[in-house]
Amino acid sequence: MEYLQTFWAELPVVVQILLKIAAIMLPLMLTVAYYTYAERKVIGHMQSRMGPNRVGFFGFRLLGLGQPIADAVKLMFKEIVIPSGANKLLFLLAPLLSIGPALAAWAVFPFDAGLVLADINAGLLYILALTSLGVYGVIIAGWASNSKYALLGAMRSAAQIVAYEIAMGFALVGVLVAAGSLNLGEIVTAQQGSILSWYWLPLLPLFVIYFISGVAETNRAPFDVAEGESEIVAGFHVEYSGMTFAVFFLAEYANMILISALTALMFLGGWLSPFQGTFLESWFAWVPGIFWFLLKTGFFMFCFLWFRATFPRYRYDQIMRLGWKVFIPITIVWIVLVAYLKVS
Amino acid sequence: MNTVINYLRSLFLFELLRGLSLTARYMWRKPFTLEYPEEKAPVSPRFRGLHALRRYPNGEERCIACKLCEAVCPALAITIEAEPRDDGSRRTTRYDIDLFKCIYCGFCEESCPVDAIVETRVYEYHFEQRGEQIMTKQKLLEIGDQYEQQIAADRQAQAAVR
Repeated sequence: MEYLQTFWAELPVVVQILLKIAAIMLPLMLTVAYYTYAERKVIGHMQSRMGPNRVGFFGFRLLGLGQPIADAVKLMFKEIVIPSGANKLLFLLAPLLSIGPALAAWAVFPFDAGLVLADINAGLLYILALTSLGVYGVIIAGWASNSKYALLGAMRSAAQIVAYEIAMGFALVGVLVAAGSLNLGEIVTAQQGSILSWYWLPLLPLFVIYFISGVAETNRAPFDVAEGESEIVAGFHVEYSGMTFAVFFLAEYANMILISALTALMFLGGWLSPFQGTFLESWFAWVPGIFWFLLKTGFFMFCFLWFRATFPRYRYDQIMRLGWKVFIPITIVWIVLVAYLKVS
Repeated sequence: MNTVINYLRSLFLFELLRGLSLTARYMWRKPFTLEYPEEKAPVSPRFRGLHALRRYPNGEERCIACKLCEAVCPALAITIEAEPRDDGSRRTTRYDIDLFKCIYCGFCEESCPVDAIVETRVYEYHFEQRGEQIMTKQKLLEIGDQYEQQIAADRQAQAAVR
């Protein structure tokens, strides 16, 4: 152990950081792969079907656990078709612009007390900035494809994200007013106490609005008009195939995981144990904080799938009405209320 | 008052929560999925699958080339040519069913006065070459010989209502 520590300290800083990035990225990519599997399984069972159950390993079926790997291999070996009228540079740049922010946002994530890659004091601002950058990938993909469906999908997505970004931002303003900090770690420690002092209860409307806006922001059902397959084929990524499509797919799922993790962090007390302040606290003291964090994140990830299996797609004007006329007024009222309570 | 209640119901996402609880309950139900190659759905004795030509127990083919099936076939999938045989009986020299044209309506079976052309329970078959979809008299008789027991049992089961 001591040998490992000295070895670690002797590594160049760049190598240390790269290793840390790998330690976040590899589990994340694996989670994304198996999230697609979980989605098909969960939605399948909600519709009384079985979901994928054939592809396994070494001739064993294992509930179809080999499916995501088979899918990944298939996508890697497929041809990347570039439409003749497309802007080649932007067409290939768009998937990167879409996955970059989705992955970069993880840099400031505290997985446990002190377990964070970059502990910057304006972490929340950084995450807000990066999550809104993701929409450029969508817009550029829509424009560069030179296809009407792609362009329509991109414009829908842009308008939707502008509308929900505001509600989402306001919901986070409520959190940082309550916590008095922009650092994600401090936001979690500010929720210390018991399960009732986590922000989901004092900021209940903001919590609900934040998660719903998060679903809208990632273009997931019931807000998936950007790709609405029954209306505009597949929206912004109609023209994409093979690995370029896979990158968009990865970005979407990475964003879903990101939103789930953020919600867990800001409203469900991140790595804090749910038994804090009760007699059970000492019994569960041995459980590492990251376990609670992953459990809470997993719950929200399940909610994404649950919503998709339950709700039909919103009509476009209803999405706009919900964003502008319901969510924004409620968040503003609650921010004022929180600020008043905080000051008095 | 009603508008207020409706407004509050929509604000607190009442209907949406009910929808969520429904899908959550369904998630624990047993799936209806039939895992096809291992499990198979039950097949009715009236099932209209692959065609077959039957024989009498003494081995004589039933078909007497009356061409009623050819006349009734709505897809014009059946082609029959006939000649008197050496013993003077009227038999087909050609009996082709084009399975790409066939719509499996079962009219040929209905119209047959001697129960010669029948549709069996067989639904798992495929063609690998062009032209294989034409079921010749030879092939139809072979299918009939292979599945005769099943075919006879199915006709027997339906005899009262046919």
